[in-house]
Amino acid sequence: MGQHCGVSTRILTVEDDERIRTAVRLALEEEGWDVKETASGEAALEAFTRQPADVVLIDIMLPGIDGFEVCRNIRRLSDVPIVMVTARSDSHDVVAGLEAGADDYLRKPFDPKELSARIRALLRRVRTDDGPPTRIQIGQLEILPEEGVVRHAGDDAHLTRTEFRLLVELATADGRVLSREDLLEKVWGYDYFGDGRLVDVHVRRLRTKIEPDPANPRYVMTVRGMGYKLQA
Amino acid sequence: MTGRAVADDASRLGLSGRIAMVFAVGGLLVSSLLAISTLVMTRRQLVESREGAAAAMAVGNATRLSNQLTPDSTIEDLPTIADSLTRLEGGQRIIRLGDDWLPAPELDHDDLPLDLLERLEQRAAGQVLAPVRGDPHFVVGIPLTAFDADYYAVVDLVEVSDTLDDLRIILLGAGAVTTVLAALLGSWASTRVLRPLRRIRGAAEAIAGGRLDTRLGPQADPDLDRLSDSFNEMARALENRIHRDARFASDVSHELRSPLTTLMAGVGVLDARRDELSERSRTALDLLVQDLERFNRLVNELLEISGYDAGVAALDLSEVDIVRFLQATVAADPALVLTIPPTTGSLVIDADKRRLARVMANLLDNARQYGGGVTAVILEHDETIRIAVEDEGPGVPETERHEIFDRFARGSTGGRRGDDGGTGLGLSLVAEDLRLHRGRVWAEDRSDGREGARFVLELPLTLTLANSDVEW
Repeated sequence: MGQHCGVSTRILTVEDDERIRTAVRLALEEEGWDVKETASGEAALEAFTRQPADVVLIDIMLPGIDGFEVCRNIRRLSDVPIVMVTARSDSHDVVAGLEAGADDYLRKPFDPKELSARIRALLRRVRTDDGPPTRIQIGQLEILPEEGVVRHAGDDAHLTRTEFRLLVELATADGRVLSREDLLEKVWGYDYFGDGRLVDVHVRRLRTKIEPDPANPRYVMTVRGMGYKLQA
Repeated sequence: MTGRAVADDASRLGLSGRIAMVFAVGGLLVSSLLAISTLVMTRRQLVESREGAAAAMAVGNATRLSNQLTPDSTIEDLPTIADSLTRLEGGQRIIRLGDDWLPAPELDHDDLPLDLLERLEQRAAGQVLAPVRGDPHFVVGIPLTAFDADYYAVVDLVEVSDTLDDLRIILLGAGAVTTVLAALLGSWASTRVLRPLRRIRGAAEAIAGGRLDTRLGPQADPDLDRLSDSFNEMARALENRIHRDARFASDVSHELRSPLTTLMAGVGVLDARRDELSERSRTALDLLVQDLERFNRLVNELLEISGYDAGVAALDLSEVDIVRFLQATVAADPALVLTIPPTTGSLVIDADKRRLARVMANLLDNARQYGGGVTAVILEHDETIRIAVEDEGPGVPETERHEIFDRFARGSTGGRRGDDGGTGLGLSLVAEDLRLHRGRVWAEDRSDGREGARFVLELPLTLTLANSDVEW
């Protein structure tokens, strides 16, 4: 990945409003990131196929193919962190964006500092402060935190980076219940007031990838009134 | 705007009460009329038949007496003759012969009505209905024309009046029962009649409560159907108008989002490079940053408000542990002192965390603006959860405690705000958000008697949303 090879982090942005596009590029470049800006979903997909980015910033309202579709297409190609930008205030767009594969979202207008903070949080690697175990085995689930690999019954489960970090946080909690707020802080870097739906939708996506029967989870359990835990 | 009130001069009693009363009075009148006419007619019938029987007996007895008397008969002969006369139950006879009287066992000739005695002195027969020893009696007097003698029959009407007394009691009871039944019938009928009105009231309340799409169904009665049509027409017009206004505010705010995004990103770049700017430019930039922040808040709050107005504001419910929520709320500011009852464990409710956070932020901003110094955040809970924010400012005058929750309301002491960053929408958003949560907010004096305002927000422990499950 870019930043680890000494090359600057590449950010692909999709935004049809030229002034916003330019202003956001300037703001992101202030952080020392390399920004590739595109004006449509088609152009973004083409640019991503030609040269994958480290983070993708997608505006939902686009002419031609919309932000959700761009998100789904990129998700098919890559586990790259995706930030959605929504202009609508209703919560429908937020959930739809997350279900399309976005890792996080921002509402317009946003503070560029907040955008940078979001991107930095998504680029964080799995926390290594207490040196996570090199291998975690739970039932038929095998997690290799160092390599970023999860196998279920020997098969690779293709998790996005955020799903993977979520799973590792749950797996290293030793069966304790983690509240949505705990997970928001550990995985997304939000304070208490982050949006709990980020956790809920990601848990749902995680379940479809690692649970034998996602409707009746065996590993990632919901604890009513408290949060989530990983069941051994 | 002052509306014109269209109202009847309604009496204290409600419409249904009045209808029940009219029924009851009607029942009372009809049953009284029936009772009185029954009594009068029965009495006449009973008295007439008694009179007829008594008169017939008296005539028969007088004839027989006349036949048995001889010119030599004396008063001593009379009892023997009298014994052979026909008797009527409750009847007694008094006989005069010359100057002597044969009294009845319980009556004397003094008891006879005077006018009848006078009539018989004229040697004419007569009959009167008169009280004898206090009780109503029918007295027949027949002169025995062949002799200087009179025959009197005194028949009591006690039996008649007993019967009438019984009848009176029965009729009174029947009247009372009828009246009560009429009242009940009236109350039932009024309930039925008023049911469509209650439905209309319910619908009006629903619309006032923000459920603008509430409509009345078709009514069975043509008059009510017209009323229901007019009501629906009014509701539709109201809904359209509110939606149009709300959409306008929403569209304006939406349109402002794009330039705001550009502005914020652009100003952010300038701010990051503030070292390269001159002193004057930096001052100008700071002004820009501050007002941009305020502008941003205003646009967001207008969007929220237009959401309430259009009735599309919805809660994103999640489990919120109120204790942790409050701890997180006060964590950033050392001027905030949080008090939680020592017995409180976890207090998890379904709520919209984002909205609750904004509610608290707005109340705390308000306390910072006007409260001066330390602000206390106090949690209380029993059947409801109450979060109080107490400050040390001048408090809110009693006359303004309601209107400070209005949009763009500014306290009399505050006037136009200066550079405090307030938008004038904060407290009205608090009220709207609480309403969505089926809670409420109010301002009062501090509970400890010290000077300062106390804003209390009250939330239900369990949130039951019943938006569209009511059918009118």
